[in-house]
This record gives sequence, structure tokens and C-alpha cells, in this order.
Amino acid sequence: MIVPLPHILIFSLLLFAIGIYGALVRRNIIGILISIELMLNAANINLIAFSKTTSLAPETGQIFALFVIAIAAMSAAVGLAIVLALFRVRKTVYTDEVNLLKW
Amino acid sequence: MEILTIGAKFGVYIVMALVLVFALGVVTLRNLFHSALCLAAVLVGTATVYLALRADFVAAIQILVYVGAVMTLIIFAIMLTEHLGEKTIRQTNRQSPAAILGLLGFIFMIGLVILRTPWPVTKRALATGTSVMSLGKALMGSYVFPFEIISVILIAALIGAVVIAKKDPEEKS
Amino acid sequence: MVSADHILWVPLLPFAAFIANILAGRRLKHRAAWLSVATSAVACAIALPVCWAVFHGAHFANQITWLAIGKGSLQFGYLMDPLSATLLFMVTIVGTLIQIYASGYMAGDPRYSRFFAYVSLFMSAMLTLVISDNYLLFFMAWEIMGLCSYLLIGFYFEKESAAKACFKAFLTTRIGDVGFLLGFLTLFTAIGTLSFSKMNAIMDGTYTGPAMLIPVSLLVAASLLIFCGTIGKSAQFPLHVWLPDAMEGPTPVSALIHAATMVAAGVFLVARSFSLFMAVRDVLPFVTTIGTITAFMAAFIALTQTDIKRILAYSTISQLGYMVTGLGLMGLGAGTFHLTTHAFFKALLFLGAGSVIHGTHVQDIRQMGGLFKKMPHTATTFIIASLALAGIPPLSGFWSKDEILLTAFASGNILVFGVLLLTAFMTAFYMFRLIFMTFFGKARDPHVHAHESPAVMTLPLWALAIGSIVIGIPGSPFMHHWFQKFMAHMTHYPEYEPSAFVMGCSITVAVLGIGLAGVIYLKKTAWAEKTASVFPTFYRLSLNKFYFDELYSRFIIKPFTAIGRILFSFDEAVVDGAVNGTGQNTLFLSRLKNWFDQHVVDGLVNFMGALTYFLNAIVKRLQTGLVQNYMLFAFLGFLAFIAWQLKLI
Repeated sequence: MIVPLPHILIFSLLLFAIGIYGALVRRNIIGILISIELMLNAANINLIAFSKTTSLAPETGQIFALFVIAIAAMSAAVGLAIVLALFRVRKTVYTDEVNLLKW
Repeated sequence: MEILTIGAKFGVYIVMALVLVFALGVVTLRNLFHSALCLAAVLVGTATVYLALRADFVAAIQILVYVGAVMTLIIFAIMLTEHLGEKTIRQTNRQSPAAILGLLGFIFMIGLVILRTPWPVTKRALATGTSVMSLGKALMGSYVFPFEIISVILIAALIGAVVIAKKDPEEKS
Repeated sequence: MVSADHILWVPLLPFAAFIANILAGRRLKHRAAWLSVATSAVACAIALPVCWAVFHGAHFANQITWLAIGKGSLQFGYLMDPLSATLLFMVTIVGTLIQIYASGYMAGDPRYSRFFAYVSLFMSAMLTLVISDNYLLFFMAWEIMGLCSYLLIGFYFEKESAAKACFKAFLTTRIGDVGFLLGFLTLFTAIGTLSFSKMNAIMDGTYTGPAMLIPVSLLVAASLLIFCGTIGKSAQFPLHVWLPDAMEGPTPVSALIHAATMVAAGVFLVARSFSLFMAVRDVLPFVTTIGTITAFMAAFIALTQTDIKRILAYSTISQLGYMVTGLGLMGLGAGTFHLTTHAFFKALLFLGAGSVIHGTHVQDIRQMGGLFKKMPHTATTFIIASLALAGIPPLSGFWSKDEILLTAFASGNILVFGVLLLTAFMTAFYMFRLIFMTFFGKARDPHVHAHESPAVMTLPLWALAIGSIVIGIPGSPFMHHWFQKFMAHMTHYPEYEPSAFVMGCSITVAVLGIGLAGVIYLKKTAWAEKTASVFPTFYRLSLNKFYFDELYSRFIIKPFTAIGRILFSFDEAVVDGAVNGTGQNTLFLSRLKNWFDQHVVDGLVNFMGALTYFLNAIVKRLQTGLVQNYMLFAFLGFLAFIAWQLKLI
């Protein structure tokens, strides 16, 4: 093991935190989607790290990570489809301009 | 050989640091296209970390799917939805102070957990390796059910995305 | 006791006429009179055979129990004994004749049918009174007669004097009626029955029921109180003031009610209660005194009156006084005899006066004169009646008045005898004064044009004239004083042999009276004014009716109205004040409640709404519509959860 487990975990934590920051703060919807991709990646890193260091069946983590990648791709696809549909109607991709459900 | 080991370890740390830097770029850059490119860099860096963790197949898949397909998708979407020339529009909304504070708390707490938890790192686990064959066996063996479900979900997502994103048929009067 | 139940139809038929005239009077119009007269005549036809049977010694009675009270029970029924037979005979005949007259007299009046309705009701009540066999039924009929008197006196109610007169009549007789009511209730307390036959039996000593202790004081009180009823109804002193004013009613009413029948009911009451009065003989002097005072006083007033009906009214009062005196002297036969004869000739006098008024349209005798030629029938019958009233034989009035004078003289009441004789003189005088001024001499008022009345009015006059002549015969020597013997079957009282002295006195004074009147009013009219100027006090007392009306007004009526006003103001201030106060209170409370309801209750409800709104105004800001806000909240919540799980919070 090249790097001790806590370090990788810290790393993925930081990546996740940055992803959350982006999700909360970016005005552009696509920016939010990008940040979500970051978060998913951080989770993947966690999965791989744990499967490598603590479990007896490392395939479990890696298979899981594969599924996560697939899911992430799907979510990106559907999310971008929605963004396109939204852009067509509202002509904007900025979240703070899309507040029809405001009180 | 130890120099390679130390160099490898050093390199992994550098890659990790770079990934974090690029991640910051993803969330802060005003130009969305630049963000997307930073994301691509992050994804590549993550693949490298996978390699360091001896998960080579996942690393390959990461590059193929994420960087290849998802990034393409994202770039397409960016290009379809905005004018690339604008740089002056603020990219962060007014939530950033609260978010930063929350996140610092979050990092602090989870970090505490990570550092204090006695992870059951076993030598035997460290010694076990994987191969594509074992992954294939597992995928078709114990994990065949999620595998099939994934394919269903993929179909659903595909159809869904098409339905959502297509233009409304214009009615001929 | 044999029963003759068909006698009950006698009062019922006129009552049916009353109902019919009240309900269908407008449609019947002039036929209303036929209905009244017909029922009256049929009643007469039913009554006369029964009376005839009683005259020959029969006796009828029957009862039904109406109420059971204490030791006694109230029975309603009829009693046909000599007294009631006599009255029934008189009332039905005179009543029918007067109604025939009235059908002509009242022709053209807008309330024609109502008049006959009231008259029928009156006849019904009077007939009930005559045949009733107990005090309660008697009293009920008495009261209804009082009501009819009120209605008929006030028949021309548009005239203020008539409205006042009917009220005065009702109130004055009411005073007597209260006494009568108390009287027979006291009697009931004493002897436990109101039935005449039982009372007679108890008083005579022939009672066969359980023995009872009867306090004499109660009987004295009862008899005096019952006599109060007579004082009121028969216009005795001091309650005589209503009868002259009652002349405001139509003349047939005066004839029927205030001459022949209703005023006679008071005398009839004393006659009916004769056994009671005989049992407590000490009250009889009181009765006699009242009667004598009344007779004298009324005749004295009549000397100077100028309204033809007023003279006759005072004459009636005077003759009623005679009757009461007769009864007070224990002369049941004498009083009843005079009652019967008086009904005929007084009714005739009133109807004749009515005829004169109908013909001349004036009532003041000073405006009349020389009417004999223009109204021969009226004048002749009027003179016949006056001769009867004055007491000239062989007319009926002589026999009956003589009987009373005989009773007075023979029982030793010389003072009474003297006063009654003087009164007879005055009676003859004022009646012929009336006749000479009205029918003889020159016509005093050129505007008065007289004409004779139609046959429907003059025929009853002649019928009554014949009655005035012959009705006295049953009590005269020509029939061997059959009537007195007949009445003696009722109870025991002293009987006296006819006295030539008394007869001579009465004839003398009558002739003297007529002669004086003829001298003054046919030849030397100046004597009238001279007498008046020589005795100014007497003249004024007579002319002003002894100032009774003024005295009563000042000492009785004014204090009572003052008390009434005080009570009214009390009622207004206190009672109405209490009621209004309650109303105000309720209003105030309701206003209070309204304020409470509006401000507190509604305020509470509104407050809830306002509170919700206020909270909402705060909370709704969370719903910004921005997804990233929601994500931030979720994230912060998640952080809080983790911190809690890590036991940091």
C-alpha cells in the first residue's frame, strides 16, 4: 500500500467537500452537475480505498465503483437533458432565475 | 527500488494535490468551459489514484466512460446552452459564506472520525489482488442482479433523456 | 211539584232572536223587528196558559244541579208560583206591545236590527229572571239586564249626553249590584242554599231537611245587602240619579226597561225575598223609610220639570218608592199589585210621550200645547193612563195605590200614610200639569207642527190603555180582591179589610190635584211663577233635583277620579318604570355582550388568524424557489445530525 488509508480518506473527504461547495454555490446549473460529478468521484475513491485495504473481497468495491460510474453517467445525461429543456423554455441556465415555486 | 517507491508515493501525493487544485478550479472558475476542462483533469487524476490503489480496470473504465462520454456530454451541453464569451457574470451565489462555514464544520467532523476510527487494515487484505477475470466472474456471478438492473436503468435513462430533451412537436393548424 | 218544562222556551225564544239579529241583522233590515216581535209573541202565547194554570192554584218547578259546593249545591231551574206567574203575565204582554210600537218608532234608524237584538236579549234576561228559582240565576239575569240597559241607553252614542248617561246608569246600578251579590253570598253562608223554595221553607219554618244553626246577624246583613240591589236597580234614594238621565235612550227603551220591567225587577227581588225579610222584621222599617223618601222626593222634583220624559222618569221613581213602601209595610200583595198596574199605565205614558216626541220633534212641554186635536189617539190614551196613575177609580191605578195606602193606614204608620197621601196629591198635580200644558191650551211654539203617529204605534197605545183600565179589576171588589188572596198563598202576612176612609182620602187628593193643575195651567198661568217666587228655595231645590248630581260629583266622583289619577301615575312611574327598566337593562346587557362578542370572541378568532398569518410571513421566506437554498438547508441539517451523533452537540 503506497499511501496509508486515512490519507486517502482525507483526500476523498476534501474532494467531496469541494464538490458540495460547488453544488451549493454555483449559479449555473451545469456547474452544479459538474460538482455532483466531483462528489460521485470522491465516493468512488472511498469505495476503492476501502475495498483494497479492509475487505477480503476487493471485487466488491470495484464492482460497486463501476456501478457508480454508470449511474453517474446516467444522472449526468438525464440532468443535462433537463437543462436543455429548461434552457429552451426559460432561456436561462442560472438557478437563481428559476424560482417559480417561490412563495 | 526504494527510490521508485518513494517517488511513487511522492507522486501520488502530488497527483492528489493537483486533483484538489483542479477541483477548486471546477467550482470557482467563471468560465464554465474552463470548469469543464478542470473537471476532465480531476477525472484523469482520479484514474491515476485508482491505479495507485491497484484498481486498474476501474481506472480504465473511468477514463473511457467519464472522461470520454460524460465529459463530451457536458461539453455539448455547455455549448448548447450558453454564450462562451461571457466572463463578467458572477458564478457564485450569495450562499457561499454559509456554505463555507458549513463545509469547514463538515470537514472537521468527518476528519475527526476518519482519524480516530481504528480502520481494520489487514495485511491479508493488502496482499489480495484483483484481475479482470475475477471482476468478470463476480459481475456475472454474485452481482448479476445489479448488473441486469443497471442495464434496465440505462435504458430508462436513455429514453427519459430523449423524451425530456426533444423539441415539442409543433402543431400544424 | 209538577213540571211545566215548556216554560223554558219563554226566555229561549227571544234569546234566539237576539242571536239572529246580531249575526244577520244587516241582511234582515226591517224584518229584524218582526223576528223580535214574533218571538216575544210566541213566548207570550206559551207563558199565558201556564200563568192561567197558576192563577187557578197550580204550582210548577223543576231543577238541574249545576255545581256542588260544600254543604250545598247550586241548582238551576224555574219556579212558577203566584209571584212569578203575575210578573210573567205582565212582562210578556207589555213587552210584546212595546216591541210592536218600537218597530214603528225606530223605523229609519241605521242601527235598527241592533236595537231589536238588544231588546230581545233584554226580554230574554227579564223572562229568565222572572221564572228563575235561585239567587244565582236571578243575579245572572239581573246583570245581563244591566248590560242591556247600558247598551240601550247609549243607543244614540254619538250624543255625548247619551254616552255619559249610559255609563252613569251602569255604574250607579253596579253599586247596588255589588251589595246584592254580597247579600246573597251571605245568605248562602247562612243557610247553605240559594234556592227560593228552600229559603222560603227555612224562613217559614216548614223546612224538612237537616237542622242547622242560622245566625240572625247574617240574615240581617243578607237582607240589607240584598235590598241594596233594589236601591240601585229600582232607583230608590240615594241611587236614583241614573234614571232621569236614562231618558237619553229611545223612548221604547224608556218604556220597556225604565218603566215596566227592569226597574220593577228590584221590587220583584224584595217580593221574592219576602220570607227572608219577614224573618228579620227589624229591617223592614228601613225599607219603608227608603221607599217613602223616594216617593216624596221624586214627586217633589217632578213638579217643576219641563222635559216630558223627565217628568215621567221622576214619576216612575216616585211610584217605585210606593211599591217599596208597600213591601216594607209587609204588604206583599199591595206592592206586587201596584207593580203590575204601574207597568201598564207607565208603559203607556212613555209610549204616548214617544208618540208626542215623534210627532212634534221636541221634548220640552213649554214648546207644546193644544196637541189634542192634532194627535187624538195619543192624547186620549195618555189621559187614560194619567188618570190611572193619579188614582181615579175605576182605573187600575186607584185600586193598587189604595191598597198600599190601606196597608200604611191600617198598620198604624200614620206618618207614612200622610206622606204617601201628599205624594199622591203631587202625582195627580204634576201629571195633569203635563197634560194641560201639552195637549190643551194654545200652541206655544209656532214652529212645532204635530201629526198623529202611524197605526203601528197607536194600536199598542190603545191595547195598553185597555190594560190600564182592566188590569186593576182582579184586585178590586169587583172580583172580591181575588189578587190579594192569590198572593197570600205565597207566605203569611197581615191582611187588612178595605177601608172607605182611605179610599175617600185618595180620591179626594187626586181630584184636588187635577183640579189645581187645571186651574193653574189652563186659566191662570201666572200663579205658577208667583208660587215659584214666593218659595224660591223650594223651587230651586225641586228644579235642580235636590242637587244630588252635584253633590255626588263633588264628594264622590271627584275624589275617586283623583285617586285613580294618583294610581295611574304610580302605575306609569313605578310599574311601567320597572318594565321599562328591565327593558333598558336587557338592552344594556345585550350591548355589553355585543361588545364582548365583537372584540373578545371575534378578536380571539381574528388573533388566531393573524398569528397564523404572522408566523407564515416569517416561515414562508424559507420557500425561496431556489433549489440551492434547499440543498444548503439539507446539508446543514445533515451536519447537525452528524454532530449530534458524534455527541458534539
